[in-house]
Amino acid sequence: MRLRFRLNGRDVELDVPPGRRLLDLLREDLGLIGTKEGCGEGECGACTVVVDGQPRLSCLTLAIHVEGKEVLTVEGLAQRGGLHPLQEAFVETAGVQCGFCTPGFLMAAYALLLRNPHPTPAEVREWLSGNLCRCTGYKQIEEAVLRAAEKLRHVQEA
Amino acid sequence: MRPIPAVKPKDLSEALQYLAEGGKPLAGGTDVLVAIRKGQERPKLLVYVGELPELRILRDTGEGLEVGAALTHAELLAHPATERLPILRQVLRTIGSPAIRAMGTLGGNLVTASPAGDSLVALYLLEARVRLVGPGGERDLPVGEFIRGPRQTALAPGELVRSVFLPYPPGQPHSFFRKVGRRRALVIAVASLGALVWVRDGRVERARLALGSVAPTVLRPRAVEEALVGRPVAPEAWEDLVPLLSAATQPISDLRASADYRRKVAGQLLLALAQALPSPA
Repeated sequence: MRLRFRLNGRDVELDVPPGRRLLDLLREDLGLIGTKEGCGEGECGACTVVVDGQPRLSCLTLAIHVEGKEVLTVEGLAQRGGLHPLQEAFVETAGVQCGFCTPGFLMAAYALLLRNPHPTPAEVREWLSGNLCRCTGYKQIEEAVLRAAEKLRHVQEA
Repeated sequence: MRPIPAVKPKDLSEALQYLAEGGKPLAGGTDVLVAIRKGQERPKLLVYVGELPELRILRDTGEGLEVGAALTHAELLAHPATERLPILRQVLRTIGSPAIRAMGTLGGNLVTASPAGDSLVALYLLEARVRLVGPGGERDLPVGEFIRGPRQTALAPGELVRSVFLPYPPGQPHSFFRKVGRRRALVIAVASLGALVWVRDGRVERARLALGSVAPTVLRPRAVEEALVGRPVAPEAWEDLVPLLSAATQPISDLRASADYRRKVAGQLLLALAQALPSPA
């Protein structure tokens, strides 16, 4: 199929089998290897991207699912050469160790802050419950998201 | 894995044509794509019905809510119309993870027909009716007749779940849902109990119970529902019903839990329900 969608703020058009996984399309056809494949069956959240403002698992999403949609991957988070406040916060709290789960956490957290700019620690934990991390530790990740929420509030107020 | 051919029909009648040719409906993909990956299924054509307007209605009829099969759990949770169905919201909030809730649909849960399907517990409690559409037109089935067994439904070849009708329960029942599993998120329940309980003057006036993961389908333990009528709302007054509830189950042993454990947990969930209800002042 001739697939058209918005990816990280740009219009994209490519020929792709309609049943191709979004994950493969991103990584292999478009070279965006920030999105990771963990379990491949919806248990780990490593492949989370944001589609029309909602978190979505790219391993269980086909090309056909994103036709005409707005897709955001970790590559689209940073703007104008600087890190996104979420990424900065992950660095500051040591919320990244091996980094494999990080893009998924970032995108899930991004979707949370879109709908809830003032999450409580419990809401952060609940929202990230579908993302697995095997080395960093969840506490630093929770702190990173809370810190980023605060940064983003300052940005908006300034 | 070679991609499976997939099409995105422009309307319901085109979708039904593809289904008649042997296509398999695809909505959120959270079950179908996992089954394909595990080699349990290899459909020759996936028919993407997730964005068909006919499957995305949400209509308050006054008697209840007609919910299009392709609405996602997240959409239902966010929609003001589901406020009148607290049990539905309570159950949907526990499904999977935020991403899974943004992808999965009620129609998909129905067709997967898992005995552990959380949303199905709410559908059994609400005595939902499933509306099917196929080459021969439409028909309605009670959820308990639509689901025949694990992954088995009354869908005829070429048929599709179009919507689900959720009648508003009469009065002001208390809603309860508790599932026991090994991880809070993305958990496939070892056992779950949902309930609608009408209480008057500290006693049970009427109760609907639905058990998940302890039988080939979600189960309504009618004997326990009847035995609850007139009982005071207090765990000690329900203790003799624990074995009755356990006896109603037909659990299996699998990698998540043994049958015996499931039977016991189901019984204990009844006492958890008694504790969760407001006790007589």
